[in-house]
Amino acid sequence: MTASKQTLEEILNLAAAHFKVPREKLTPDDDFFKTLGIDSLQALDLLTRLEHHFHIELPDYELQGVSDFRTLADRIQARL
Amino acid sequence: MLNLDQYTCLGEALRDALDRWPNETCLIEADRDREKTRLTYSDFKEVALPLARALEDAEFGSDDRAAIIMSNQSKWLISAYAVFYRGGVLVPLDYKLTAAEHLQLLTHSKAKFLIVEYYLWRAIAQSPEFKNHKLKKVLVTEAPLGADLAGAHRWEDFRRKGDPGFIPREREDVACIVYSSGTGGRPKGCVLTHENYLEQCKSLTAWYPFWPGVRYLSILPTNHAIDFMVGFIGPFVCGACVVHLRTLRPEFVRDAFVRYKITYVALVPMILKNLERGLRAKFDELSAGKRFFLYRMIALNKALTRKQPKVGFSRKLLSQVHQGFGGELRAMFTGGAFVEPSTLQFFYDLGIPVANGYGLTEAGTSLTLNDLKPFRADTVGKPLPGVELRILNPDSDNIGEVAVHGKTVMSHYLDDPELTAQTIVDGWLVTGDLGRFDGNGHLQLFGRKKNMIVTEGGKNIYPEDIENAFDGLPVKEYCIFAANYLWPAKSLGREMLVLLLRLEPNQEFADALKQEIILRNRRLPDFKRVGGYLLCAKDFPRTASMKIKRNELAEDVRKVLGRAAVVEL
Repeated sequence: MTASKQTLEEILNLAAAHFKVPREKLTPDDDFFKTLGIDSLQALDLLTRLEHHFHIELPDYELQGVSDFRTLADRIQARL
Repeated sequence: MLNLDQYTCLGEALRDALDRWPNETCLIEADRDREKTRLTYSDFKEVALPLARALEDAEFGSDDRAAIIMSNQSKWLISAYAVFYRGGVLVPLDYKLTAAEHLQLLTHSKAKFLIVEYYLWRAIAQSPEFKNHKLKKVLVTEAPLGADLAGAHRWEDFRRKGDPGFIPREREDVACIVYSSGTGGRPKGCVLTHENYLEQCKSLTAWYPFWPGVRYLSILPTNHAIDFMVGFIGPFVCGACVVHLRTLRPEFVRDAFVRYKITYVALVPMILKNLERGLRAKFDELSAGKRFFLYRMIALNKALTRKQPKVGFSRKLLSQVHQGFGGELRAMFTGGAFVEPSTLQFFYDLGIPVANGYGLTEAGTSLTLNDLKPFRADTVGKPLPGVELRILNPDSDNIGEVAVHGKTVMSHYLDDPELTAQTIVDGWLVTGDLGRFDGNGHLQLFGRKKNMIVTEGGKNIYPEDIENAFDGLPVKEYCIFAANYLWPAKSLGREMLVLLLRLEPNQEFADALKQEIILRNRRLPDFKRVGGYLLCAKDFPRTASMKIKRNELAEDVRKVLGRAAVVEL
């Protein structure tokens, strides 16, 4: 399932706020590990934040192999 | 603890453990903050024996190989027990590999049976290589009702009534085939015997004993040698309890320490750092007065535990910090990759010793470990009882290649006599790691002689295995090296992979090429990515069969280019 623009936008806003980076520095196809300078545990932290926001539960394995915002948004959209 | 000298195989020791402590809890499994399973040793037996019987009825017996691809959970251990009960050989595979890599290792190991989680099986069954698999039976855990299992059986239904036949093995028989890495061209399947495991268990528990009531938090993947030993075999033969968490989210990991009053945990350096970061942030949030008081208490603890840890004293002095870990934590284990001494010291000063160790799959779980007599943050500890270490060809600083001899060293690499002969020489396993002993018998590591890196997540990455991700790159030729192999750093930090490029004559390094490299790199799992590239002015030296002569090429690069020439991606 392809994520809606709104879902993607909300994820980018939350990631920017969570890691305190200017929103305009983030684009959907960014490798978030690299752009945000985070490790996989910090990515899991972000996932928790996103779960609270979207009121969903994502098992850890959903994030396996995901490193860009667009794919992350697709995974979240599938559970909305 | 069971007297392991009495046993010839893991199946026998585990079988006796279930009868020895029937009423002790052996397994707790939680998903986030929801407890899913709690089993006593007697409950464990009740669940495992019908599975062993079903395996028997499916003609699974002596030396048959069964692979497990699962995240850490109770069914992992129950399945492994049933395999050992039937005299089988376990092939624990890394659940984080791709489906294609899983299929490659299943083929290489010649596993006949597979026990796998549903979401992983779905990916494997959809893989193009799936049609060639040679599996006889597949058991899938946690499959939704009505799911298409592509010919597999539901693990939960795969059970039969009646006592299964127990098949004993000899000490020299194979217990496990564990892949130390090498999912690319040359899988490295370490063949480990029952003796390897029984002896390793004996030496580890001599320094860090388990007993009924001890709770070990199992976070490292159970397919990994460390968790297999300290998150399964060790606790079980001592009547202790293993706690599984189905998530690695830091907040639930922290919560599990408290909820289950964890005694021991093994962590990769990355998680350790994460814990340190969290604690430091909490300290910073304290009012100036409270923070001042806390740091005074930490300094006092440090002064009074210089010679040896005093767990009870530290728990009282720094009770709030210890309560944050459940109040029962005795030690954390780490190793596998470089750990900053400041991180180790930070925890030790809080009264939570982190036992840093050094090991490799080829030699069981661990070769050296900090014995805390006294604690040292700058070494990987002393050789464990029964492990003999030697430094080969030491230089003027006494640094040389570490070699190991002892009952924990693997038998051989599966189906690779050439690699075995290169690795085990006259009964000594050459590790490829550079080290030296200090005056107190502690081993210090100084980098690697071999072309590989160990990530902060504890994964071994061999450059050769990821080169095919750059197949067809529009350059004349390319090769990947570990930076510390090209430029020996005499330290274990700053590990990264470097892509060495040789351009076509008159080719410029264009932005399109850089973008292509970035794109290819991004398709790799984050821990396998190259950190930078380097342009080579000469053609690569090659053998008659056109293989790159890596040593010679590394030597050429070393002569003309330094680490500073690497352009970060």
